[in-house]
Amino acid sequence: MGREVSWKDRGANTLIGERHPRIDGVEKATGTAKYAADINTQGTLYAKCLTCKLPHAKVVKLDVEPARAIKGVHSVHVFNDVDSEIHWDGALIAAVAAERPELAEDGVRAIQVEYEELEFWVDEADLQGAIEAGRTKKRDESAKGNVEAALKSAEVVHKGYYGIATISHMCMEPHGSHSQWSADGDLDVHLSTQNVSGTAGQYVLPLEIDAAKVSITCNYVGGGFGSKFKPGDWGIACAILARDARRPVRLMLDRPTELKIAGTRPSGFAEVTIAADAEGNIVAWDSHHWGTSGIRGETVRANQYPYLFDFDNRNRKATGIITNCGPNDAWRAPSHPQLCALTDTAIHDVATKLGKDSYDVFMQNLNKTPRPGVYASQMEIAAGLMGWKDKWHADGTGGDGPIKRGVGMALHKWGGRAHAATCTVKVHPDGTVESFAGSQDIGTGTRTCIAIVLAETFGLPLSAIRVHIGSNKYPASGPSGGSTTIGGVTGPNRRAALEALWKILDLVAKEHDVQADNLEATGGEILHNNEPVCTWKEACALIGPMPLEVQGQGPQKDGLTDQGVGGVQMADVAVNTETGQVRIHKIVAVQDCGLIIDMLTAESQVYGGVIMGIAYALSEERIMDNLTGRYINADLINYKLPRIGDIGELVVEFYQPDDQYDRGVVGLGEPPVISTGAAISNAVTNAIGIRVPVLPLTPKRVLDALKGGQA
Amino acid sequence: MQDGNKGSSVTPDFSRREFLKGSGAAMAASAMTTAARESRAQESKANGKVVSGPVDVTLNVNGSDHTFKLEPRVTLLDVLRDDLNLTGAKDVEETSAAGADTVMIDGKAVMASTRLAIDCEGQKIRTVESLRDGNRVDEIITGFVRHDALQCGFCTPGFVMATRAFLDKKPTATLDEIRKGLGGNLCRCGTYHGITQCALEIAQKGGA
Repeated sequence: MGREVSWKDRGANTLIGERHPRIDGVEKATGTAKYAADINTQGTLYAKCLTCKLPHAKVVKLDVEPARAIKGVHSVHVFNDVDSEIHWDGALIAAVAAERPELAEDGVRAIQVEYEELEFWVDEADLQGAIEAGRTKKRDESAKGNVEAALKSAEVVHKGYYGIATISHMCMEPHGSHSQWSADGDLDVHLSTQNVSGTAGQYVLPLEIDAAKVSITCNYVGGGFGSKFKPGDWGIACAILARDARRPVRLMLDRPTELKIAGTRPSGFAEVTIAADAEGNIVAWDSHHWGTSGIRGETVRANQYPYLFDFDNRNRKATGIITNCGPNDAWRAPSHPQLCALTDTAIHDVATKLGKDSYDVFMQNLNKTPRPGVYASQMEIAAGLMGWKDKWHADGTGGDGPIKRGVGMALHKWGGRAHAATCTVKVHPDGTVESFAGSQDIGTGTRTCIAIVLAETFGLPLSAIRVHIGSNKYPASGPSGGSTTIGGVTGPNRRAALEALWKILDLVAKEHDVQADNLEATGGEILHNNEPVCTWKEACALIGPMPLEVQGQGPQKDGLTDQGVGGVQMADVAVNTETGQVRIHKIVAVQDCGLIIDMLTAESQVYGGVIMGIAYALSEERIMDNLTGRYINADLINYKLPRIGDIGELVVEFYQPDDQYDRGVVGLGEPPVISTGAAISNAVTNAIGIRVPVLPLTPKRVLDALKGGQA
Repeated sequence: MQDGNKGSSVTPDFSRREFLKGSGAAMAASAMTTAARESRAQESKANGKVVSGPVDVTLNVNGSDHTFKLEPRVTLLDVLRDDLNLTGAKDVEETSAAGADTVMIDGKAVMASTRLAIDCEGQKIRTVESLRDGNRVDEIITGFVRHDALQCGFCTPGFVMATRAFLDKKPTATLDEIRKGLGGNLCRCGTYHGITQCALEIAQKGGA
C-alpha cells in the first residue's frame, strides 16, 4: 500500500461508516459518568447565587455580612457591588458557599440588597416602539442589482411579515464548575465546557494565576449548544470562593438563572417583499429585519440574508434593538435557523401566490444556491420519503374538518470545517493503543469516533482502543463549536495512526524480510500479500521497551476533511383550528456530511437537530414581560420543550454517493437544526392557508392568525 | 433571616398563606416550590410531629440502610448525590419538571428532587446505579446504548429509570403508551427517537 495520508477506499472499511454504539454509552446511561455537577471531592462546599430580578437597576445597598454570619457559610463573593449597574433580569449579585446547599440558600436569603430602578426596554418585536424609545442600532444596509425594476416586471409580488423569537440554550446540566486549590496554589477545575483546551487562560487575569497552574477537566458535559466556551463570571467566582474558603466549591447556576443569563439565541423579525416571474424564478428581494441580542443590540446576521439563495436583485436592511435582556451566545448554527425561518417562509408564500407547489419553486431557484446539484438530489430523495407529491395541496385546502393537514419544506447549508487540533497516539509494546486529545464530547460521540478511526487504521477491534479526552493537559484540541469536532479529532488521529502503523510495518518488514509496501494490518494480524506474517501483538513487540508515540495535527490539505454541507427537511403536520395546536406527523431530513465515521451517532445528530427544531418551531421561547422587564417563563414548566410524545415520525437519510465519501469528514452537528422551523411553518401555512408569522407557532399565535389578527 | 444560625429556615410562625399574600404575583410561582417544601418539612417525620434542626434519617438505598443527620428540608436528591455520592440521578437545579433525577421508590418512578429525605424512611429507594453490577448491566441500559438513545447523557440515567419503571408496569406497552408513559422526562439533545425505539423493542418481546 502507498504511503499517502488518506482514508481507505470506501469498500475497504470494516468499521468506518458502520453503526457503532458509543464506547462511553454504558458510563453515561448508568450514571457512572461524572459531570462537573457530580464532582464531590472531600470537603466540597456548595455555592448558590443571589440574582437581581430587575431588568435595569443600580445597586444602592449591599450587605453580605448577614450571610457570612450564618453557620456553615464559608465564603461570599460579590459580583456587583454598590454603584454597579444591572442590565438584565437574572444578573448575578453575590454567591455564597456553604457546607450544604440549603445553608447556601439561607446565606443568599440573608443578604441585604437594595436597588434604584432604572428605565428599561425588553420588547424585541416592537420596532416602532424601540425607535421611539431610542433603543435601536442600524446594523446593515446593502443593495445589489435593481430591485425596483425587477419588482415592476415581476409576475407576482408578495409582501410578508415573519419572525422568530429569542430562545435560551437551556442546557440540562446548568453552567458551572467544581474548583479546588492545592497547597501549592494549583487550581483544579472540573468545568462544564465545550472548550477544554481553550479555557485555562481565561482564569489568568481575574485570579492572577499562571495558566500553567490551571487544570481543566471535563470528561462529560451535559449540553452546551454554543453556550459553554467560557467559564463565565460564575466559573471565576467558584474558584475565588474556593480560594477564600480553602475548600473545594461546586457552583452550578440554578435553573432560572441558567435560562436568563447563560446564553440565548437572538431574535429576528422581518418585513419582506419578494417577487417571482411566471416560471417561478425569484427576481427580487427587499427586506428589513430587526430583533435583539440583548444589551448589545444585535439581531440575526444580515450578511447572509436572504438565506442560502443569492438573488440577483436584492436590498436588505437590518436594525438591532437594544434590550435589557440576558446576553446572547452562539446557538447551534448561529443565525442560520432564524435566517432560514425568515427566508424559506417567504419563498413558500410567493410560490403560493404563483399558484405553484413550493417544491417546484425551491427547485426552480437552486441555481441561486452554492450547490444546486446536491440540493436537487436531496430534494428528490426527501420528496420520495415524504410522499410529497401525494400530500401536497394548495395552501388552505388541508381538509374540511377542524383538523387540517399540510406539508412544507426548507433548505439549509453549513460549513463544518475541522477545527485546529492535535493529538498523541501511543502504541504500547503489548499492542494496546491509546489516544490523547484535549477535546470534549458534547454529545458528538468524540471518543467513539476517535476509537473507530484508530481501530480501522490498525486493524483492531474497537475494544482494543483507549481514548482519553477531557483534560487540558492533553494535546490541545479545538472547542466544540461550528460542527468542527469530528473532523477536528479524526484527521489528526488518522494521520498519527498511519505514521505509527508505517513505523511498525517497517519493523515487521525488517524482521520477516518482506516488502513493507505489501504489508497491511487487519483483523489483529499483519498480512503480506494477504498471507499472515505475524499478529498485531508480535508486531508491536518489535517496537522495543518504550511505547511508540506519534503526534497528529490538523486540519491539513490531504483530503481527510472538507467543509460545506447542505440539507433539506420536509414536515407533515396537522393543525387543530379549534385549539390552535400543531402536531407533527412526520419530518424527513436529508443531509450530506461527506464521509461518515459512525452512522449511528451521525443519525443521532440529525434526530437531535430536528427535535430541537420542533422545539423552537412549536413551543420554545423566552417570554419577557414588558411591564416588569422580567423573563417570566424561566423554568422548565413554562419554558416549553417537546416531550417524547411530541415529535411524530422522524425519517433521517444521509445523502452519501461516493463523491461525498471522497470529500472526507465534514461537520454535522449544526445543519440538521436549521431548516426544521421553516419547514414546519410552511407546513402549517399549507394546512390552514394563513401564515402564522412568528415562531414558535404556539396555540395562541395560531388562533390569533386564524382570527385575522397578527400573532 | 437569623434562623439560618439555628440550622433551619422554618420559623415557628411560618405560614404559607401569609407568605404568599405578602409577595407579588410574579414572585408567587417561584416562591411556591420553596414554601411548599419547607412547610411540608415541618409536617413530616413520624406522626405529623413538628421537627426542625438536624434529625437522624435512615434511608434504604439500593438494598442497604444508611443513616444521616439531616435537616427536614433536605431533599432525597441532595442526600443521594451529596451524601452517598450516587450522582446518577442528576440535578438540573429545578424541581419536578425534567425527570433527570428519576429514581424508583417502592417500584414507582419518582423525581428525587420532589421528595424530602425524611419522607422516604421505610421505603425502598433504587437508583440507576443499581442497574450495573461490574460489567453486567440491566437490559434497559444495553437497549439505550444499542439504540444510541443518548447524546450528552445528562438526562439519560433519569430516562433509564423512568423506562425501567414504566416497562415493569407495562411490559408489553404499545408505541402510544410509550409516548405517553415516558412523557415525564425531558431531553435537550433530542434523543427521544432512540429512547422510543429502545422501549418499543423491549416491549415487543414482552418486557425486560
